[in-house]
Amino acid sequence: MTLAAYFAGERQSRRWCWAAAGLAIPALLVTPTLRQVLEGHLVLHLLVQIPLLATAGVLLGCALRFADRIDAEREPLGPWNAGGLPGLLLTLFTAAYWMLPRSLDAALAEPAMAAAKFVSLPLLLGLPLALSWPRLHPIARGFVWTDLLSMLGFLGWLYLAAPTRLCSFYLLDEQTLLGQGLLGIGGALALCLAAKAFWGRPR
Amino acid sequence: MRGPTAVIAVLLLGSLVLWRATDRLQAFTTESARRLAVQRAPRPLPDPLLQDQDGRIFRLSDYRGRRLLVNFIFTRCPTLCLALGDSFARVAEALPAARHGGGVVLLSISFDPVYDTPERLAAYGTRHGADGERWRIARVENPAELGVLLARFGVVVIADPVFGFQHNAAQHLVDRAGRLARIFDHDAPQAALAALGP
Repeated sequence: MTLAAYFAGERQSRRWCWAAAGLAIPALLVTPTLRQVLEGHLVLHLLVQIPLLATAGVLLGCALRFADRIDAEREPLGPWNAGGLPGLLLTLFTAAYWMLPRSLDAALAEPAMAAAKFVSLPLLLGLPLALSWPRLHPIARGFVWTDLLSMLGFLGWLYLAAPTRLCSFYLLDEQTLLGQGLLGIGGALALCLAAKAFWGRPR
Repeated sequence: MRGPTAVIAVLLLGSLVLWRATDRLQAFTTESARRLAVQRAPRPLPDPLLQDQDGRIFRLSDYRGRRLLVNFIFTRCPTLCLALGDSFARVAEALPAARHGGGVVLLSISFDPVYDTPERLAAYGTRHGADGERWRIARVENPAELGVLLARFGVVVIADPVFGFQHNAAQHLVDRAGRLARIFDHDAPQAALAALGP
């Protein structure tokens, strides 16, 4: 199936919107001004820039996927993504890589690593997540949410408890702020999940 | 079969990348990676002109055949450098005088060479008990050469609105061949002493 045919069929205009947004976000984030602002603070780097890059990948995935009618043969690499598991694993590995403090440092110090960040977060994290999500079993989706929750809690605790700086390029205060931010987001997510579990409509 | 193949491929590739990115799961931060890299392969150092607290000019290479314990400081530092100075003072105390003469010299290098004039270096030295021979406090003579020296040591200095600077504080052992050979925690005089041997 060609790319042109993809955009000619059903939900055509929405696909174009998703694709445009998915390309526009990284294009904006890569501008020197935005890079300087977002990479100047640890909390903006990790909690704004990186999630936005991942979101761009999710939007690109939405432009390509057939969420309402899971049709593996029609999606790019669809037959390779059985049950959504390969895509989910790719997402988790990419996330783990960019959670390493030394990866963040390297993205500031080395242009090649900066480029790797701008390419890998949309294409190896957001995109495979969006393509895999509709195929995941509800238990697998639950696993993703709880994994995210535990990761937020662990990283938040780590950044708050570390006696020295984990990132060479950021101040100790920034690290504390990030720890609090991660715990805050984790707490909010826990509340949302609890609310959904107890008051949501079972599907 | 393409699904399981993809799962195995992603698992293998992902594990390999993480394994390499963390130096076999040993180094998760830039600082620990630096220490590991130096320990595995001692690193030759640049050799800029240095000026000590008495205004004397010298080079790292003047100490070939002897070992140097180096730390990086700035004299205005209200926090870590006090601990660094304290740790160095304890190493200086614990090392017998004989070994100082023939073997080990302590060197504190300022990464704020414009502000840290020899007079200010001398004041810092007096505060911590540096005698100028066994323990010298120095700055690079030409500030333009500082960047290369710090980069080679792997010291990252960033501006701090309150304290002036923040930096990855540590004690660096330079071996008899003039190579950076080991790196110890800034507040661990025992580790440095143990590595310097009896």
